[in-house]
Amino acid sequence: MTQLPNSTDRKMGLVIDLDTCVGCHACVISCKGWNTENYGAPLSDQDAYGGNPSGTFLNRVHSYEVQPADGHAQLIHFPKSCLHCEDAPCVTVCPTGASYKRVEDGIVLVNESDCIGCGLCAWSCPYGARELDVTEGVMKKCTLCVDRIYNENLPEVDRIPSCVRTCPAGARHFGDLGDPDSDVSKLVAERGGMDLMPEMGTKPVNKYLPPRPKDTIEEQIDILAPLLAPVAEEPKGFLGWLDKTLEKL
Amino acid sequence: MSFRYNRQDPPMTHQQPILDTSPKISDEVRKTTCYMCACRCGINVHMKDGKVAYIEGNRDHPVNKGVLCAKGSAGIMQVNAPSRLRKPLKRVGPRGSGEFREIEWDEALSTAVGWLNELHETAPQKLAFFTGRDQSQSFTSFWAQNFGTPNYAAHGGFCSVNMAAGGIYTMGGAFWEFGQPDWDHTKLFMLFGVAEDHDSNPIKMGIGKIKARGARVIGVNPIRSGYNAVADDWVGITPGTDGLFILSLIHVLMKAGKIDLDYLSRYTNAPVLVNAAEGPEKGLFLRDADGKPLVIDRVTGELTAFDKPGVRPDMSATYEKDGVTHRPVFHLMAEKYLSDEHTPEAVAERCGIPAKRIRAIAAEIARVAFDEAIELDQEWTDFRGEKHSKMVGRPVSFHSMRGISAHANGFQTCRALHVLQILLGTVEVPGGFRFKPPYPKPVEAHPTPHGDRRPGRPLNGPHLGFPRGPEDLLLDEEGNPQRIDKAFTWENPMSAHGLMHMVISNAAAGDPYKIDTLFMYMANMSWNSSMNTKGVMEMLTAKTEDGKYVIPHIIYSDAYSSEMVAYADLILPDTTYLERHDCISLLDRPICEADAAADAIRWPVIEPDRDVRGFQSVLVELANRMSLPGFTNEDGTAKWKDYADYIVNHERRPGIGPLAGFRGPDGDKEGRGEVNPDQLNRYIENGGFYVAHIPEGADYYKPWNTAYQDWAVGMGIYDSPQPYLFQLYSEPMRRFQLAAEGHGDRQPPEHLRQRIKDTMDPLPIWYETDQQGNEGFTVNALTQRPMAMYHSWGTQNAWLRQLHGRNPLYVPTKLMREHNLKDGDWAKVSSPHGEITVPVMEMSALNDNTVWTWNAIGKRKGTWALQDDAPEATKGFLLNHLIHELMPPKDDGMRWANSDPITGQAAWFDLKVKIEKADAPADAQSQPNFDPIKSPVGTGPENLAWKVGK
Repeated sequence: MTQLPNSTDRKMGLVIDLDTCVGCHACVISCKGWNTENYGAPLSDQDAYGGNPSGTFLNRVHSYEVQPADGHAQLIHFPKSCLHCEDAPCVTVCPTGASYKRVEDGIVLVNESDCIGCGLCAWSCPYGARELDVTEGVMKKCTLCVDRIYNENLPEVDRIPSCVRTCPAGARHFGDLGDPDSDVSKLVAERGGMDLMPEMGTKPVNKYLPPRPKDTIEEQIDILAPLLAPVAEEPKGFLGWLDKTLEKL
Repeated sequence: MSFRYNRQDPPMTHQQPILDTSPKISDEVRKTTCYMCACRCGINVHMKDGKVAYIEGNRDHPVNKGVLCAKGSAGIMQVNAPSRLRKPLKRVGPRGSGEFREIEWDEALSTAVGWLNELHETAPQKLAFFTGRDQSQSFTSFWAQNFGTPNYAAHGGFCSVNMAAGGIYTMGGAFWEFGQPDWDHTKLFMLFGVAEDHDSNPIKMGIGKIKARGARVIGVNPIRSGYNAVADDWVGITPGTDGLFILSLIHVLMKAGKIDLDYLSRYTNAPVLVNAAEGPEKGLFLRDADGKPLVIDRVTGELTAFDKPGVRPDMSATYEKDGVTHRPVFHLMAEKYLSDEHTPEAVAERCGIPAKRIRAIAAEIARVAFDEAIELDQEWTDFRGEKHSKMVGRPVSFHSMRGISAHANGFQTCRALHVLQILLGTVEVPGGFRFKPPYPKPVEAHPTPHGDRRPGRPLNGPHLGFPRGPEDLLLDEEGNPQRIDKAFTWENPMSAHGLMHMVISNAAAGDPYKIDTLFMYMANMSWNSSMNTKGVMEMLTAKTEDGKYVIPHIIYSDAYSSEMVAYADLILPDTTYLERHDCISLLDRPICEADAAADAIRWPVIEPDRDVRGFQSVLVELANRMSLPGFTNEDGTAKWKDYADYIVNHERRPGIGPLAGFRGPDGDKEGRGEVNPDQLNRYIENGGFYVAHIPEGADYYKPWNTAYQDWAVGMGIYDSPQPYLFQLYSEPMRRFQLAAEGHGDRQPPEHLRQRIKDTMDPLPIWYETDQQGNEGFTVNALTQRPMAMYHSWGTQNAWLRQLHGRNPLYVPTKLMREHNLKDGDWAKVSSPHGEITVPVMEMSALNDNTVWTWNAIGKRKGTWALQDDAPEATKGFLLNHLIHELMPPKDDGMRWANSDPITGQAAWFDLKVKIEKADAPADAQSQPNFDPIKSPVGTGPENLAWKVGK
């Protein structure tokens, strides 16, 4: 069992906009690329060209259909990675101290050299956000690109997680959710950002912005109807309107 | 729930290891252009120990501005793919077996020249050279033109020619490479038939941008995935009825007067007078002695050339002569579109959209276009010399590609969409749709098609072009098609991109003539890029009575072990995109933005570790061995040694070459300038691309803005200013109709006369596509490519196939219930042409009468270095087996092409099917299930853990 720090200086995390995520998986593969080459062991793939390909990913996009009581079914794309919880059960469950939460920024990491691959943390995570790398036998999880966000070898503008840098739709935001004045905190306040499964008591740092109401255009027709008032009922009348209107131009 | 871990040991206190948070990223960053799809984003390739370590988007690049999609980031798995071909191959087994012998390049090139040189000198049309996902068409067409064959095209004919040609004929450009919404100003964005594709990153960036400021997105698509999933409003339209819906929007907007009359009178042919006198000129424009279309000037009331300085064209007045009333185009439009056949109530049921919803959408368009109009304080001068103090914008924008194109009524539907934009005055204005250089470009600035055979000499002009009338059709003296694909004939007169999907079937049938060599590049014609896939395999392997192949020689170039490889006699292995030179040229399909011209290169950021060569360099070598004109100096020496040499030193016109940047001896000229031997290095230093910004004040109203026209001339885009009017009414179409009515020397065959009259309406119409043979087949069947694979060459990619390795048939809830189906069940799906048995999955966010699947996930066993139990090869399937390239026989026994009768665009999405619950196949594999091909590259490794650095 491993202790969490009493508090963290900052709460770095992601804000993911479910209204804008088109489900393109850019974040998934950019993450795979960066984290295969960087922090710790590469993210391996088993049966890479065979019948049941199965690799390690730190970030996945799931798609869910939602059927409102009335109206059209909707498809929600839902990217999911470690939420860097304040009360992270994956840390407290770790028998070796390999899982830990950083004091300075709240990032939850695995120290691979201490990880015995027991899998308890993955079992304790209610979000399924940890994956055991089969080739290396160590637990892998989102590092929030801890090797990018402070990296002095990168231009300042690039010191953000690779998933955020690559997201074409701009649906991913990174910042300090412990600072109420940060851009991400303001975005969460403006858009009603939500915790994922708050009932689990994990106090996730990452937030999700809910999709805006959809399929509302018909409700506006009563307000908009005057816009469509015919200028004339007959084609001949239309040409009369045309002549008058051109006159005024 | 709170977690309790029941252990006796005391908890470990918090401890943190020391972490290096500034590790070295790479030894070097090499900037080039992505080729994982057709988007052509800029990429930073991070190198470690001379190997590719990581790929990210290039922030400076005009296309992607730093972002990168899943395909782009997975490029590293494409570069190390086990399916890469390794050496030239010569077929030793029967065609289709996959049995090859590796040969040296010299033997490969001599073999090709042995077949080709004689054709060049005696019968060049016997070479059919078609390139698929080719990004070097200005070069490959140049090669084909100098070879002398009329038989060249790329894949546009089976992709989106309707959109491209519909746009060019209507307004001098279309979507995607031709132009884009004004993402920074638009307040309402309407997307038709684009779920996950064309193009990739720019659409996502744009949608993200407009959603961030709360603007509305309306998605019109039978399938609510991808972009349509985030649309604020989804219109799950019945496939093939988009034109009907658009014309109804036009009806409602016109009737309410919510159209931009000032814009229409100034910039379109709405005021141009149409000849109403019976005879060969009927329906053509009244013109003056200089051939200029005539309008009535509202100021003087006189008949006046449309472009006379100071003229105020009148869309209302008519012109009487010899007892005939000649009316302006706009009168004809009012008559046509105000008719009750276009009311929302009249179309609702066929479109599957309630009338109230159609009205609500029209009202929202009207509200945003007219109540939320924007004005930029920017002076500009139009082509008539009139100065404007402001740029007025109607911030409604549209985008569309293949979804509405790939129907046999697609050309008219695309025209309708462009006409809708124009009626609203939203084209080339702030907040609307904006062209990207070299567009806008009117039809008049494009070539006409050429097809004369002249053995030993170049073709008489460019292969592909835009016919203005019957005189431009490619027919010989007997009226027979000049091209193997029958492009530019009465069957599809305006087939601006050719008909790649007809090449193999026509060659196999010897109709209109036999060919000797089929030469293809990056085109998977024996699999997902053909209709009637099984039939195509049979055509490729068909033999004559004397045991010889009907198509005697097939040469194919590809970088990967695709399904098509097995069907060729000679394989010229291409490089991957990180191992080659390329240019993304203004002469071709460039990467420009609405406010800048841009082009780019690829360069070998790594050297191939196999005996492969860039295909374009191989073409140069073949040309040199045959001393093709255009490639050969007067003294008989070769002009260029390889493609890079061509890119730098070729001049299409004096001072204008494949690349526009860093021209001139000092590299300081853009657009026009002498050859700069150091040009490629300058591009590399600049990040692999070049951008020339359009000056402020020249960046909107481009077709009519003198500042833009002058800038474009300076850049070499035009040789003189080319202002023009948008063609709401299409005169070229009317000319074909006139021929069908019996006017002129060149007459269509009788069996096509009525169809030409009916479909070539000079104003956009909607017609039901040919339903012959569809009795009992009532369900629409579509395909789309997932975003993570759109336009990508090869799904063998180890990372991407984990995202999309399976393609069930997605069936709407209603049909699942009707057929008592549940997820994982099997269904027999049949069409008038064939049947398949495939696994199904329920999807609710889908048009009630439409099924669909991901295209090209299904692979043939033995290809792409996949193991035989790969889900792509067991459960994966193609809908292509259900689609024939020909329609069922007519009463006279003739079979018409399954194509748009105007452009020849392959009508993939007209497919109608029947579904029935089926037992699981005995082998639990999708049917039909083809024999494995022998893989020329073996299969990929079991496990991957790809880390190149230490």
